[in-house]
Amino acid sequence: MTEPLVSIGDLAVRFAHAGQTIHAVNGISFALAAGEVLGVLGESGSGKSVTLRAMLRILPSHRSSVTGAIRIAGRDVLALRGAELEDYRGGTVSMIFQEPMLAFDPVFTIGQQIAESVRRHLRLDNRAARARALEMLERVQIPSAKRRLDAYPHEMSGGMRQRAMIALALACKPKLLLADEPTTALDATVQIQILLLLRELQRESGMSVIFVTHDVGVAIEVADRLAVMYAGRIVETGSVREVIRSARHPYTQGLLSSTVRGELRGQRIEAIPGSPPDLAAMPPGCAFAPRCKHARDECLRAVPGAVDVGGGHKARCVLLKSAA
Amino acid sequence: MSAVAADIQSAPAAPAQGYWRAVASRLLRDKVTVVCALVILGLILMAVFAPWIAPDDPLKSSIFKRLQPIGTQGYPLGSDELGRDMLSRLIFGARLSLVMGIVPVLCALGIGSLLGITAGFMGGRTNTAIMRTIDVFYAFPSVLLAVAISGALGAGVLNAILSLTIVFIPPIARVAESVTTQVRSLDYVEAARASGAGSFAIIRVHILGNVMGPVFVYATSLLSVCMILAAGLSFLGLGTKPPLPEWGLMLNTLRTAIFQNPWVAALPGLMIFLVSFCFNLMSDGVRAAMDVTR
Amino acid sequence: MTLLTVNALRKHFPLKKDLLGRGGGTVQAVDDISFDLTEGETLGVVGESGCGKSTTARLLVRLIEPDEGQIRLEGREVGTAMPLAEARSKMQMVFQDSFASLNPRLTIEDSIAFGPVVHGLPRAQARGRARALLARVGLEPSRFAGRYPHELSGGQRQRVNIARALALQPKIVILDEAVSALDKSIEAQVLNLLLDLKAEFKLTYIFISHDLNVVRYMSDRVMVMYLGKIAETGPSESVFAGTRHPYTRALFAAMPSMDPERRTKQPPLMGDPPNPINPPPGCRFKGRCAHAEDVCGRGDIALTAAGAQHRVACLMTQPGSGHSSAPGKAA
Repeated sequence: MTEPLVSIGDLAVRFAHAGQTIHAVNGISFALAAGEVLGVLGESGSGKSVTLRAMLRILPSHRSSVTGAIRIAGRDVLALRGAELEDYRGGTVSMIFQEPMLAFDPVFTIGQQIAESVRRHLRLDNRAARARALEMLERVQIPSAKRRLDAYPHEMSGGMRQRAMIALALACKPKLLLADEPTTALDATVQIQILLLLRELQRESGMSVIFVTHDVGVAIEVADRLAVMYAGRIVETGSVREVIRSARHPYTQGLLSSTVRGELRGQRIEAIPGSPPDLAAMPPGCAFAPRCKHARDECLRAVPGAVDVGGGHKARCVLLKSAA
Repeated sequence: MSAVAADIQSAPAAPAQGYWRAVASRLLRDKVTVVCALVILGLILMAVFAPWIAPDDPLKSSIFKRLQPIGTQGYPLGSDELGRDMLSRLIFGARLSLVMGIVPVLCALGIGSLLGITAGFMGGRTNTAIMRTIDVFYAFPSVLLAVAISGALGAGVLNAILSLTIVFIPPIARVAESVTTQVRSLDYVEAARASGAGSFAIIRVHILGNVMGPVFVYATSLLSVCMILAAGLSFLGLGTKPPLPEWGLMLNTLRTAIFQNPWVAALPGLMIFLVSFCFNLMSDGVRAAMDVTR
Repeated sequence: MTLLTVNALRKHFPLKKDLLGRGGGTVQAVDDISFDLTEGETLGVVGESGCGKSTTARLLVRLIEPDEGQIRLEGREVGTAMPLAEARSKMQMVFQDSFASLNPRLTIEDSIAFGPVVHGLPRAQARGRARALLARVGLEPSRFAGRYPHELSGGQRQRVNIARALALQPKIVILDEAVSALDKSIEAQVLNLLLDLKAEFKLTYIFISHDLNVVRYMSDRVMVMYLGKIAETGPSESVFAGTRHPYTRALFAAMPSMDPERRTKQPPLMGDPPNPINPPPGCRFKGRCAHAEDVCGRGDIALTAAGAQHRVACLMTQPGSGHSSAPGKAA
């Protein structure tokens, strides 16, 4: 069997902050095949953004420590250095962010920035690089692409900037695209355009995507598989259908039932009580136990192992062990 | 706020610690700032207790003992061109030098903040009137302005303090105005207006606390500049009148001795340098400590 | 009882011309908005960027002065028959950015007590009220009263903002995207809290949001805004179940699907919501509407009835308007 494109083993990320250690990511493992889209669902503090940044090696090195195994496209990412690392970033793996204004340098045009990336990774000359930049802008359906090549980031609207950022990320044909909540700041009508665009581009190019979001609807629209994160751990994973239709972990269930749907008008929303744990002082057992209505003594003793409930659908909950 | 920061900070409230206490504790952890603060404190104490600390009378001159090198019997740091004990003159000189360095900045802080906050809060024509007038003064290089005003007023410590105050009002007013303009448009000021608060209440409760912080930090960075300008004015004969000990004036009068006894001639300059350096580092430290509120 | 009447509210922001005379024009942020607010109801206002919902909110609490139009609170016109201070104590607002809404150098107790103190309540009493409200919004006063905003999470800060809005004992609370920046599970908690508070304090809400699900859940009546004008308004169920305006339909279709088997295939609208700068005459949605015809570009489109209290600004619902889909031609 061929090695999966992405293979993460027991990844842990710790930050030093004001004399404390923040356990942002606590031992996550997953694999992603080429051409698959993995949705990572979680709220703030779940560690989802930190995971992406660890995979791209853009965490502040003096404050953070990354342990575990990250293998992408057959290379050990944590061991990359220098020119190899530069090739990897943007060439093998690329990232799009929530705020497109931050991804672009305000004093250069869009065309110049995309061409710069293309020249670096694909080693094309100026003219070919500009042609490729134009091609990318057209592929992301930016109207009047030729004119927009010479536009500055602040001259474009939010949705167009996001498209331009996608063009920049995909210009060098990466094998893996990391998307960190790229549509959270967009209007609804623009968000759905960008989500469908990403799906289309992914299908065309066959690249893999890891899409981080806190919105269940968005995850359903883009992902094939879903990983639900809480307090730095993956608490449930499986195909989107499986996880949404029959969520097994109490946190996932709570997340789904607390998602506001208009039809619930007149009824109280079943909100998850309490708030996420302090990452600087993680409890020894299951991190969700303090808020879980099914919690038992053994939940507080040790972190539950992942239980397979069939068809690649796994969840970390002691309730499942007794049932399985 | 970056996603990483969001992940770190989303944890529920840490044990409560007032804002100022947090700033203070961060400052105390910053070794550089603490050392500099102690040095300045030491110099201030030295200035206050000068009559008791100084070994000799700073004004007592001796024609025979002119420009003695460092380490001479009875003159631990040497003597100046009129045979006065350098150590005593340096110790007493701290009084005038520190006063002429700190007082103008304090006065400018008060007046400049008042003008800047008013301009920033009122906006419109009031803002234009105040700020453009200030710009006129700001256009002059500070040394030139200080010399011009001092020259017009005449030499003397009080006049020098006055002229330096005028020199520093524009930059402080500008910072105060820009910070006030930023703060004024923030949601919490809007919320205060929506609560029906009048302008004075808003300025007192919401604007002042948030503006004075950055303005104060900026002002501390001006302390060293002021010291040097004051020394410069004395050097040019526009500040302190001889025979009073003041570091800038001492630099002036020892100028001709630089070839005969360079170490002694450099001593006042060294003191100015030391104080400026410490004030600068402290200002950096205070800025960093106040910045990390999130 | 009608608590608030807004009539023909208008706010335009002029754009400066540069030295060569380029630019200029006006941003017609809010253009001829009229609506009523009945006591005890929740009016949802929904729309995307540039639609004018936030400007409308700020016009209501007079943080911005309207160019035209009247706002009547309890039958008296705000600014003339009713002094501004009184109006402000009856209508309060909760902003979206929970952090920017709080003075970073005041304890949250002081932030909440500020309003009552300004209106004359003695400090000790204001503090007492602040503590009571903190308890009511779920933040234990002994633990939280002395804390500073940066020591709280987003959800906790928003609770503080709600407590602050309630400190003046208002009748109307305007929630301007108050839950939009919160995590979904915290959002659910805060929405539950808002509903409890509404019942307990007999409040009336204006709930502004871009999230249709939340608006539908919270509101009795809904107002859909587009580029400064009202596109559709009416009782929640009527608007959501029987949508008439093409923009509202597009907005609904743009919501991500919650069913993995039925994912969205086509985006309902292309491009970004435009800026309301110098809009052309006629219907403002004409440029993006699939059903637009020439007649849509002529004259103002008025809100007309399309059901019980359900009003739409679209020629397709107006008999004899000249649009090919307008009723009155067929049976």
